[in-house]
Amino acid sequence: MSLIHLENIHKTYHAGAPLHVLKGISLDIERGEFVSIMGASGSGKSTLLNILGILDNYDEGEYRLNDVLIKNLKESRAADYRNRMIGFIFQSFNLIPFKNAMENVALPLFYQGVGRRRRNALAMEYLERLGLRDWAHHLPSELSGGQKQRVAIARAIITHPQIILADEPTGALDSQTSVEVMELLRRLNEEGMTVVVVTHESGVAYRTHKIVHIKDGLIGKIEENPNPGASPFGEGGLMK
Amino acid sequence: MRLFDLDKWEEILQTITRNKSRSLLTAFGVFWGVFMLVFLMGGGEGLKRLMARNFEGFAQNSCFVMPGTTTKAYKGFQSGRSWTLELADVERIRRSVPGVETVTPMTARWGVNVWRGETKGNGTLKGIRADYARIEDPHLTYGRFITEADEREYRKVCVLGKRIYEELFPGVDNPCGLYICVDSIYYQVVGVSKMTSNVGVMGSAERSVMVPLTTMQRIYHYGDQVQTLGFTARRGVTVTEIQDRVESVIKRAHFIAPDDGQAVFMFNMEALFRMVDNLFEGIEILVWLIGVGTLLSGAIGVSNIMMVTVRERTSEIGIRRAIGARPGSILRQVMAESIVLTVLAGLAGITFAVLMLQGLETIVASTGADVSFQISFRMAVGAAAVLAVLGGLAGLAPSFRALAIKPIDAIRDE
Repeated sequence: MSLIHLENIHKTYHAGAPLHVLKGISLDIERGEFVSIMGASGSGKSTLLNILGILDNYDEGEYRLNDVLIKNLKESRAADYRNRMIGFIFQSFNLIPFKNAMENVALPLFYQGVGRRRRNALAMEYLERLGLRDWAHHLPSELSGGQKQRVAIARAIITHPQIILADEPTGALDSQTSVEVMELLRRLNEEGMTVVVVTHESGVAYRTHKIVHIKDGLIGKIEENPNPGASPFGEGGLMK
Repeated sequence: MRLFDLDKWEEILQTITRNKSRSLLTAFGVFWGVFMLVFLMGGGEGLKRLMARNFEGFAQNSCFVMPGTTTKAYKGFQSGRSWTLELADVERIRRSVPGVETVTPMTARWGVNVWRGETKGNGTLKGIRADYARIEDPHLTYGRFITEADEREYRKVCVLGKRIYEELFPGVDNPCGLYICVDSIYYQVVGVSKMTSNVGVMGSAERSVMVPLTTMQRIYHYGDQVQTLGFTARRGVTVTEIQDRVESVIKRAHFIAPDDGQAVFMFNMEALFRMVDNLFEGIEILVWLIGVGTLLSGAIGVSNIMMVTVRERTSEIGIRRAIGARPGSILRQVMAESIVLTVLAGLAGITFAVLMLQGLETIVASTGADVSFQISFRMAVGAAAVLAVLGGLAGLAPSFRALAIKPIDAIRDE
């Protein structure tokens, strides 16, 4: 049984003229995979990511996450699934500006009802793993982009999610830090985490093991990339 | 959800203090509303009590008759004639008006010097009958009131008002049996009254020296004349109902034209009481209108600012939602923020109003009146509860707006 099972997903936006964004996506992602979804802007990749992240509904088809049918969920149920099964990494980091790094990392545990002391201790542990121990009490505005993204990664993995969804994780970073962040994601994947990266940069996509090309709301081709390190774009921080 | 979850309180405090000046200004609206409401209500109540002291012990169902000057020629008399009431009028009224209960004649001399040895006081000498006590409760602190025996035997005894007693007998605990002197006549003090009323037709009760009417008539050669008649109505009859009958009886006896509106002055206490009652009712309604109006506009202000805050926090709320905040948790947070802000501001308002009322009380107390202006504890608690509800209502619209925020919108909102 695959971790993510998408079957004939359709999605139409009704803002003014109806816009048929996803036109029947079927995709399976296995546990432990490191996948990128690649496409130009407007191809529907972000919509697909929102559906994968239970941030948006779909009109037709079937989405099973860890063998749980995700369809027309109540908001509180969706929130619980997001909290426990999915770790998000965003292009613009999306840290809460008035909370320090540790509090930001601990926030998902707050919504699980984990006590303050345990929560903060766990957050410190994860920050340390990502080499941010000394920055734990700094506000996001005092951190560099790479540091912010590492805080966001710590926040994404603190709940031991089934899957990590990264939406253009390197979009706001320079090439050097982009390499670092991708390296981090690769290491997480090696530890057994399923990672899905949405990107339009081929340099990023070719660092993953499997590249799903999406075009005009349909899956174009699925490319296996058995040797990601050997990608010509990935060398020496020249991803872009 | 635990109420005393430290984290939740920290979150609330954090958001409120993040924009201190805005929170403060918003809170001020509620603060001022509550302050106005509580202060005006306390002040209004106090004023009412202060006013009520003027009537204390006074029979509400009473009326006073005083002579004036005729303005119409009648039965051979010219207009512009002065006339006086006489003792016989008491009997006339009693006989002809079935609704009356007590009819009592009174005479007074204003601004007399009252001596006790070398100590001088200024007061009003009042000649009254024993049944005057039915119109105004004498509230005796010492001794007794004037009795019928005093009248019958023309005794030179007196009952002192509170102020006169304090001026003439400082340090004397019970002045009964001692003597005072008015116009070279010595009267024995038989009682001290603490009447405080300022109504009626004979001046302040606190400065009066009450002696038997007969004694006074004899000393000052008043003959049959009396200055004022007071009467009360029987139970179940209002003074207003019998007032006209009394007036016509008096007019007939003194040859006054029945349609002469100036010749007889009637002081209807009942009407006066009713007027004052209405006045305070009006004031109370006004206070509520102002207070509730101000409070409401304060609450709307809170709601408004919370709206802005929610809009500002769109992306933050979206992030929270994306990482697993349930809608209920967002709702509770915004509501709690609104309630905390309103209640804190309101409690400050109540506290400030209570302090101001205390100050007012101290100022009023220094003028000698001992009146409470303070609101009751029950009312304060009630006000706090109302504030919490108001804060909740103010938080409703903003929290539903916060609920409408979808995580995707927020995350895309850059």
